[in-house]
Amino acid sequence: MADTVITGLGVFAPTGIGAEEHWTAVLDGKSGIGHITRFDASGYPVVLAGEVPGFDAREHVPGRLIPQTDTWTHLALAAAEAALADSGADPKSLPEYEMAVVTSSSSGGTAFGQGEMERLYQKGPSWVGAYQSIAWFYAATTGQISIQHGMRGPCGVICAEQAGGLDVVAQARRLLRTQSRLVVTGGTDSAMCPYGLVAQMANGLMSTSDDPARAYVPFDADARGYVPGEGGAILIAERAEGAEGRGYGAILGHASGFDQSERTGRPPVLAATIRRALDDAGLNPSGVDVVFADAAGTPELDRIEAEALAAVFGPRGVPVTAPKTLTGRLYGGGAPLDVATALLALRDGVIPHTAGTERLARGMEIDLVLGQPRQQPLSTALVVARGYGGFTAALVLGRGDRA
Amino acid sequence: MSTFSLDDLREIMRQSAGVEAGVDLDADITDIEFIELGYDSLALLELAIQVKRKYGVSIPDDDVVDMTTPRIAVEYINRQLVGAEV
Repeated sequence: MADTVITGLGVFAPTGIGAEEHWTAVLDGKSGIGHITRFDASGYPVVLAGEVPGFDAREHVPGRLIPQTDTWTHLALAAAEAALADSGADPKSLPEYEMAVVTSSSSGGTAFGQGEMERLYQKGPSWVGAYQSIAWFYAATTGQISIQHGMRGPCGVICAEQAGGLDVVAQARRLLRTQSRLVVTGGTDSAMCPYGLVAQMANGLMSTSDDPARAYVPFDADARGYVPGEGGAILIAERAEGAEGRGYGAILGHASGFDQSERTGRPPVLAATIRRALDDAGLNPSGVDVVFADAAGTPELDRIEAEALAAVFGPRGVPVTAPKTLTGRLYGGGAPLDVATALLALRDGVIPHTAGTERLARGMEIDLVLGQPRQQPLSTALVVARGYGGFTAALVLGRGDRA
Repeated sequence: MSTFSLDDLREIMRQSAGVEAGVDLDADITDIEFIELGYDSLALLELAIQVKRKYGVSIPDDDVVDMTTPRIAVEYINRQLVGAEV
């Protein structure tokens, strides 16, 4: 039942600032991945990342909040402002307890935390600022958005790495079905500091290539891991009733699952999770027009995803794409950005291609859109996301009525 | 004898938590509550940290809570500075 819709998109991503700038870059296959500039990464195995180009917090965030919050929160505050403006909703006209905030976060405020830790070690405890108590914390972004916009309804944060970005949209739908009328959701992440990078590298899944065009090529025979990135998207979710003519798309179905330890011998839950999301949406597999893949970028994880998609939709049964090759994986911000991209694809009837990937690895029975965007009428999209350690989520979206 | 003036406090306020839009710290803020000036309890803890760093005056958390206006803060910090020299 399409009772909830996304009415506003606020994008701050390596592919650009603003949903339309991002969308143009995606269709042009213009990558935001390059050598890390935020700090000297030349001594680390991972040297590439997707950084948000030209982001200056002073242009987008109230001056008071800049020293109190981390870059990841700056990006989200800026994106929330843009998403609210885009939504056409008027928060001032809504009761404060009927507006909620639920964002995803994976890294927290690592750069802020690193700065304070350096002061602790180099100068002593009295040099650690009071804002360290809140700036690093995963819920900081949700809290600051809530305070900034006077939204006092149910607030929360979901930390499920990349999968959390879909789970928050489902939580937004849950809240809209009960006491809330508007939910600020989606998320961002930014861990562009040595501490942040090293913490990510521990998963052993990152690309050590220094070629921005070929470092992150999911499903390719040369897949060698993923490139990290920063930014994401903040989304405004509202009840369909009252949002006529403003919806980018409807939230049709969701499911999440969690992989068991490999030692149990149980198969990955991805295919079952997709099927449950389709059930929730009331759709058969044939009712899905396009899949935005998780696209982990390692041979093993790519194989698991391709097998799950082939199992649910049949071999090459549905067009699949992964525009995230242009941004890198954005953790808490990744899936919300995929949701934004999917909604723009539904709006315009065009499937963006997976830039970078050239030759599918053996056994990948998927119809991956390569080379250039594919024009075709679209009514529904499935977004898939997995997070390190077993987090799995799937979200089904339907085309909106936005004028 | 060292003393701590309202201007010293203003400087620390600016450095510690910044100034909220619409607030003029240069106006007569002596008896305006910190909360009205946009400084919440966390901003005051940050202020206390900077006072300790710059003037060597430790302000226990419980005393920070009681510091509701710039006048009370300036008087408190001066008492500590004087006490430290006796």
